[in-house]
Amino acid sequence: MTTASSADTPAVVAEARTEPRGRRFAAAGPVLTYLRYVGGKLAGAVVSLFAVLVTSFFLFRIIPGDPVRTMTHGRQVSVEQLAALRGQFGLDLPMWQQFTDYCGKALTGDLGTSYQFHAPVGSLIAEKLPATLLLTGTAVVIYSALGIWLGTRSAWRRGGLGDRFNTGLALTLWSVPSFWLGLLLIIAFSVGAGPVPGLFPTGGMESGDTTGFGHVLDVAHHMVLPVLTLVAVQYAQTLLVMRSSLIDEMGGDYLTTARAKGLRDDAVRRHHAVPNALLPTVTMLFINLGHVAAGSILVETVFSWPGLGGLFYQALSVPDLPLVQGLFVVFAGAMILMNLLADLLYPLLDPRVGR
Amino acid sequence: MTTTTVPDKAGSLAWARRRDSLARFWRSYRTHRAGLYGLAGLAVIALIALTAPLTVGEDVQSVTSAPGTALESPSGQFPLGTDQFGRSLLGLLIWGARISLAVGLLAAALSVAIGTLVGILAGHYGGWLSTALMRITDWFLVMPTLVLAIVLATVMSHSLWTVILAIGVTSWPTTARLVRAQTIAVESRPYIERARALGGGHGHIMSRHVLPNVMPLVLAQTTLGISNAILTEATLAFLGLGDPTVVSWGGMLQDAREAGAVSSGHWWYLAPPGIAIALVALSFTLCGRAVEAVLNPKLGAR
Repeated sequence: MTTASSADTPAVVAEARTEPRGRRFAAAGPVLTYLRYVGGKLAGAVVSLFAVLVTSFFLFRIIPGDPVRTMTHGRQVSVEQLAALRGQFGLDLPMWQQFTDYCGKALTGDLGTSYQFHAPVGSLIAEKLPATLLLTGTAVVIYSALGIWLGTRSAWRRGGLGDRFNTGLALTLWSVPSFWLGLLLIIAFSVGAGPVPGLFPTGGMESGDTTGFGHVLDVAHHMVLPVLTLVAVQYAQTLLVMRSSLIDEMGGDYLTTARAKGLRDDAVRRHHAVPNALLPTVTMLFINLGHVAAGSILVETVFSWPGLGGLFYQALSVPDLPLVQGLFVVFAGAMILMNLLADLLYPLLDPRVGR
Repeated sequence: MTTTTVPDKAGSLAWARRRDSLARFWRSYRTHRAGLYGLAGLAVIALIALTAPLTVGEDVQSVTSAPGTALESPSGQFPLGTDQFGRSLLGLLIWGARISLAVGLLAAALSVAIGTLVGILAGHYGGWLSTALMRITDWFLVMPTLVLAIVLATVMSHSLWTVILAIGVTSWPTTARLVRAQTIAVESRPYIERARALGGGHGHIMSRHVLPNVMPLVLAQTTLGISNAILTEATLAFLGLGDPTVVSWGGMLQDAREAGAVSSGHWWYLAPPGIAIALVALSFTLCGRAVEAVLNPKLGAR
């Protein structure tokens, strides 16, 4: 929980970079300074995690209505059965005891039992996690590469036709709701319009009758449209940050020096300007990684992808509170973890931070 | 000359200055072509939304007195076809502009109001209050915004106010951080010291000196926040968490999906609401970026 971790814009990153932090330890060795820095960040992350647990606990206790009634909706149940169910889910205990139980269990990985699937929330999440990681991981790699590449091109030829087209297209796609784009892609490429047959499956992750390499191809075939949707709506942010941080660097004296040495334009860009401009972009990518898992809720729902986002949607429609609660903790935990990684990585990339 | 004219004169001087700075702002804004496109787009959409009671009327939402049959293709009578209840999609699209814009504006206003309040208080008072407020801000920042908004909308009753509240209370931390930084910058200037020496209290300094100075920043944040709010509203409505009694663009998309528009390839049902959302969000984003560029010339180079 620091300025650098919470940066949404390069301006805030820049602010964090110039902050005269930890001057007291300036005399200590660089390793010790970094360790102190790491300790501070770790402590911050633990506090955040605890805050998430507190939020998730109380957020779901203010829900109007009786969870046991929701569970048994539409069935004849006796008062004894309701009491037994309450006892089973620990809903008859005092609030503070429920809270300490919840925190204790959450720390050991026990997130409760799903009302809907009658299975432990932890194992449900673990089962769906790989699919989400595969989908979002692929999308992140593609949109980062695309954003950095196009952002660099845009900044280097700033104001040109290519720049205006690139930024315009990226901003337009950024304004598009991801689920809508997904649905249109399904109509265009899966359902097939007129004489054009469906090229890609409408949803799911596999057809189920393939093995080995064929299976890999099958999954890849199912991934094309969801990944395309995620990339299209997400790459704008990388592009814009990369573009503006490169433009910031382009005024630098060291670039003039590099040019004066007689380096080709290409070499100046690739070996001098881009590595420096990458710093804010990398931070932003990590923070985005935390967002992307949660952002895939819509895309996974639209494409019936068997991941965490789809599970969240299923849990919402009941509503299956332990499952929603568990997923909330996992999504927030992912953000905290990614912020922490960005914080820890940043001083290694930029020596001005954390000294 | 009587004494009563003095405040008048001071007032007119302040107004003249404000007019000047507004004119300066506009001259600078005019040079950003994308910002002008955004403004034009907004003008058109605002006109459509404001004249909707005259062009389509509230009846367009009515399920019982629907003019057409279910799921008609586009025709002369219904340029965009009809939905599963036989309502004109063009009419719904026009009426939906009111809901989407209202939710977007109110949610963004709420979010920016919270952010400005927290930011000014944290920046002005400093000390433990600032620490506590910034801790809360950081706490909200690490929460996945969309997930939190979805959870809030699930937990509370399904109404437009719930949606506005859910978006407003989850999206303010960025504004709070920016406003706090700006407040600290403003308060280090000599004229604040002068105001304090003349006996200006905390409330006076915050409302009369700091607030007008952070206002431009707040304006840019609001403009950018509206497009976010409109997209989130559409998302919540699509997930079935919106108000079921009113028609918003996100709700139309949900209806379309439920009516099987995807599997039957009825693209004319799906495409228009999404295009409308994208146009409004894009217009606000373009305006917000232009305002930002005017206020921060360093950004203007971008």
